[in-house]
Amino acid sequence: MALTELRVAGFGGQGVILAGMIIGKAASIFENGYATLTQSFGPEARGSACSAQLVLSDEPVLYPYITQPHILIAMSQDAYNKFATDVRPGGIVLIEEELVRVSEIPPGVKICGIPATRLAEQIGKRLVLNIVMVGFFGAVTKLIDREALRKAVADSVPPGTTEMNLQAFDRGYEYGLESRCAEQLPESLPVERGLEGQFAGSES
Amino acid sequence: MITADPKGVLTGAHFIDGDQACTEGCLAAGARFAAGYPITPSTEVVERFARRIPTVGGRFIQMEDELASSIAILGAVWGGAKAFTVTSGPGFSLMMEHLGLAVMTETPCVIVNVQRGGPSTGLPTLPGQADMMQARWGSHGDYEIIALSPQSPQECFDLSITAFNLSEQFRVPVLFMMDEVVGHMTEKVIIPPAEEIEIYPRRLTVKPPEEYLPYAVDGDLVPEMVHAGMGYRFHITGLTHDERGYPAMNPEAQDKLIRRLKDKILENADRIITLEEEGLDSADVVVVSYGITARVAQRAIELARAKGLKVGKLRLVTVWPFPEQKIRDLAGRVRAFVVPELNLGQIVREVERCAAGQARVISVPHAGGSVHRPEQILERIEEAAK
Repeated sequence: MALTELRVAGFGGQGVILAGMIIGKAASIFENGYATLTQSFGPEARGSACSAQLVLSDEPVLYPYITQPHILIAMSQDAYNKFATDVRPGGIVLIEEELVRVSEIPPGVKICGIPATRLAEQIGKRLVLNIVMVGFFGAVTKLIDREALRKAVADSVPPGTTEMNLQAFDRGYEYGLESRCAEQLPESLPVERGLEGQFAGSES
Repeated sequence: MITADPKGVLTGAHFIDGDQACTEGCLAAGARFAAGYPITPSTEVVERFARRIPTVGGRFIQMEDELASSIAILGAVWGGAKAFTVTSGPGFSLMMEHLGLAVMTETPCVIVNVQRGGPSTGLPTLPGQADMMQARWGSHGDYEIIALSPQSPQECFDLSITAFNLSEQFRVPVLFMMDEVVGHMTEKVIIPPAEEIEIYPRRLTVKPPEEYLPYAVDGDLVPEMVHAGMGYRFHITGLTHDERGYPAMNPEAQDKLIRRLKDKILENADRIITLEEEGLDSADVVVVSYGITARVAQRAIELARAKGLKVGKLRLVTVWPFPEQKIRDLAGRVRAFVVPELNLGQIVREVERCAAGQARVISVPHAGGSVHRPEQILERIEEAAK
């Protein structure tokens, strides 16, 4: 995978950091890639804005922070408002479509939505919406192998909740495959477009 | 060398942050006691230790402050444990008194400092590398110290084991100088099987009590230890002492002791110092860096090489003792050193001292709170190459 910057954002309590951990773990442990996750350590608490940043690559990651993300997963309106404009042209914004009203769409950026909270409630617990989003992310971006993500989910959730979380993952993944978004995406995926990694414009 | 006690080794591939990787390294090294007064951004180290230690067998004590934490670990060591404490800038300042006591009593222990922006409470959640000179000179008196600087969660694991091993080998407190970025970033960490982890055991004496002198040395300048309860009479003190460990208040005893405390590090510097070197043979410019800044510098080096510049990399895995000879050797044949660090110029002074005018030395200062942008370092490399 070419160097890809990803931000997962929402409000505290939605499992934003865990979603980032699962994606990073899938890329670096269950696939042979590299992942560096950072999170903002402000006064976050339940209900306030919260974000995790990931740099994914098939080479060791040097610069630890994201510079201009290729992908944003926005699980709240605040997260969308705060971070959508940072996404680089050709990038993707994945939204919880019942929690995020898309106002301004950054130029050249593709928006893909999923009613993750409602799907999570159908599975049994609203709490697993983050895992639904991880599944959706996997299907839409195809950056990381489905099985690697699935293993990372099973490896990261509390004992006794594995089955429900895997259901949530599969539901999100299937939704991603069925959505028109997935069909339209290949040419707009940052990787396919050969977007440069961090500090684009440099010659390395 | 012996191999690690499997009880403390969480073999496998983990996706954890540098703080937690440091905990696992300390456990793998055999640490069974930690005392601390948790402080951001180091809190996760002791949080994980407190959670893990009941299953491994040992103790964590949350102390009333950092003074108490740093003295509690010394007590634990003389009681037979391997011990460490963890802090950040404000606590590091408070620990300086007992750092000196550990140096003077030759108590092997590890002090972890996850550096944040300072002075004072500074930037609790944001990085700095501005405690590097405090690590060298923070306690009063003449002494030498060992300090390591990891650049990734993997190294937080690997090098915390090295830190314990060096502390046991040379009977000196080892300072583990992390930074907030390395401490809080999450990456893959591979923990090998216990039988692949080498541990330097405590240098306990085999002499009978009637022949044992606590501070007598043979060739390698490091005395043998005993623990409380082993049946030996011994006395340890922060006062200048003789071979028996009793106070000796005269210039001769002072000269003998302080020279030995320094020499046991300086004469073994080659065995202690670890450097990562790359492309030095053909370099016009050498970038000297450590900790998280080394990763950002690596990016800048790659950008510079893409422009055709001959740039070498010298990463200080060991910051103290300083690799004086290496800098002297390089200074005679390279055009310049470029020294980025998250402070307004600390280790650059050492590079200047050792380069002694034989090569230009260019500082790339940053007051902390974030890391450099690679372009900032690249610009100075380009300037140095002119």
